[in-house]
Amino acid sequence: MSTESLRIVWIYPDLLSTYGDRGNALILARRAQLRGMPVEVLEVRSDQRLPATADIYLIGGGEDGPQALGAQRLIADGGLHRAVAQGSVVFGVCAGYQLLGTSFYAKGAQYAGLELLDIASDRGPTRAVGELAGEVDARLGIPYLTGFENHGGRTHLGPGVSPLARVTAGIGNDGMTEGAWRGKLLGTYSHGPALARNPALADLLLRWATGAHQLPALDDTWAERLRSERRAAVAAARA
Amino acid sequence: MPLRAKVASSVSRTAAALSRAAGRGDGSVIGGWIGLKIDPDLLAHLSAGRAIALVSGTNGKTTTTRLTTAAVGVLGRVATNSFGANMPTGHTSALAKAGSTPYAVLEVDEHYLAQVLEATEPHVVALLNLSRDQLDRAKEVAMMAQLWRAALVRHPDVRVVANADDPMVVWAATPPADPAQGHIPPKVTWFSAGQRWHDDSWVCPECGATIQRSGEQWWCTGCPLRRPEPQWTVEDDGVLDPTGAWHKIQLQLPGKVNLGNAATALAVAAEFGVRPVDAVSRLGSVTSVAGRYAQVDRDGRNIRLLLAKNPASWLEAFDMADEAPTLLSINARDPDGLDTSWLFDVDFAPLRGRQVLITGDRAYDLAVRLDVNGVPFQHVRSFDEAVRSVPPGRLEVIANYTAFQDIRAELDRVN
Repeated sequence: MSTESLRIVWIYPDLLSTYGDRGNALILARRAQLRGMPVEVLEVRSDQRLPATADIYLIGGGEDGPQALGAQRLIADGGLHRAVAQGSVVFGVCAGYQLLGTSFYAKGAQYAGLELLDIASDRGPTRAVGELAGEVDARLGIPYLTGFENHGGRTHLGPGVSPLARVTAGIGNDGMTEGAWRGKLLGTYSHGPALARNPALADLLLRWATGAHQLPALDDTWAERLRSERRAAVAAARA
Repeated sequence: MPLRAKVASSVSRTAAALSRAAGRGDGSVIGGWIGLKIDPDLLAHLSAGRAIALVSGTNGKTTTTRLTTAAVGVLGRVATNSFGANMPTGHTSALAKAGSTPYAVLEVDEHYLAQVLEATEPHVVALLNLSRDQLDRAKEVAMMAQLWRAALVRHPDVRVVANADDPMVVWAATPPADPAQGHIPPKVTWFSAGQRWHDDSWVCPECGATIQRSGEQWWCTGCPLRRPEPQWTVEDDGVLDPTGAWHKIQLQLPGKVNLGNAATALAVAAEFGVRPVDAVSRLGSVTSVAGRYAQVDRDGRNIRLLLAKNPASWLEAFDMADEAPTLLSINARDPDGLDTSWLFDVDFAPLRGRQVLITGDRAYDLAVRLDVNGVPFQHVRSFDEAVRSVPPGRLEVIANYTAFQDIRAELDRVN
């Protein structure tokens, strides 16, 4: 960790917080605190400078206009690039996932992304709305991904990244793969509070940030029940 | 009324009555649906000759419609869609059922405002607020504001009564004048109803700059958009009218948000010539609205029902609820929106220290949220179990739309 406490930065909640995105910051902070780690959560608005010294950066979802504006301001700010160069963890969700790539579409035009992930996004034929599920890349060592997606984009992965998961329900990137990761950067279309349904993913980000190989187990009874219920609902919808 | 409209109106009433008699519902949608099939212009025909007020917004429209109906009632009979059926089918049913009335006050789903403005040619439209609500199928907030704005430009004659505290509403209510196009900005009366929820209006809808807030004031840092001076405001337990006169408001509905709704109702009624002093006592006659705020006694528990459908309305519900055992029920069926992500936009901390029970189709989503929020809770499988789990006295029930209807059904469809 960069300082005595785990620093989590929630990037631009004024622009990129469409639906419960705050949840990811709350969940990471809670899970760190339950392990006795001191935590500091900073909400950095789009008219503020981004600190380059935090451990985890979160970017949430947003409408087209705020997404384009957010990308422009992040590129101009440069703080996230410096943080990544120093080994910080970045977790991007939906619009926040797209803008980590080389380009994305908003309001009918192509915009430059941050070029932190080797992905490019364009528009799909239909809007992807509904449950999203997938089997996660085995190298990440976490169980299946479950979430809710709501986006019009399709994302194409280059050789510089690996898909986060193989889609079993929903669309994700393109109906085949979902999300992408490289090093300590990870993005997903599982929108809003994606970590609520995926506590192991939250712990993966915490392990990346702290360098810990293992974290003490927590009581995830309710999250496990939620995961099982959602998995059953997805299976029932397919049957 | 043309013959086709007369037939359609009559059939519509009959269908609604049949639906009620068959126990299939309150008939507030089916009648209008059939009527509109026979005469697509039926809503326009039924609206002709009435002075109409439309009430729209994300939250508070059912209650404000009820309060406005009570206030306008000073002048004569008022038709209204009191069951919360707020799309054109519901409006058609309500007007057909009411027969000839000089006035109508109609609650309008925010997505249908343009269409209903077109059909009913109202005298006044009240714009309450816009916030995130069921984003898996509803329009995003900025898009909704844009639709309202475009609709108002086409109706320069309509009087607008709008919430000065909501930047999205203010922007929607003040489209630019374009004399070349014959566009005249609408005449707006501003009210201040307070607003606890700010998370959908940090970015200016006009220019994209940041919106700053200080106390009740707000202003855009990049363009002239700012809070207009309201003519109607809530002060203490009353309402200040444009003349500066203060009227004590004694409502049977809880919460500061309902004082704001009362101020709105008085402002709308004033557009028809109703003096606030004549209307205030009528506001106190409204006890519950389609089950909202209803109180039912069962097994020594006084159960009160509060509806909360989105983050903004949950904040208001916590303000209304007593410090008492509280049951939270969450579903995610079609009318609720299928996505429960919004639970993380609500801070449940005000419930700490109360006995909290949870139930509903999506109780586990709520369980995870409360866990992260540090709010202890108990999961119950049924409404009966909830009632048995709390001591005699008040039980506050806060539920989203279909969960609310389920519990209402348990309580014999209390109104």
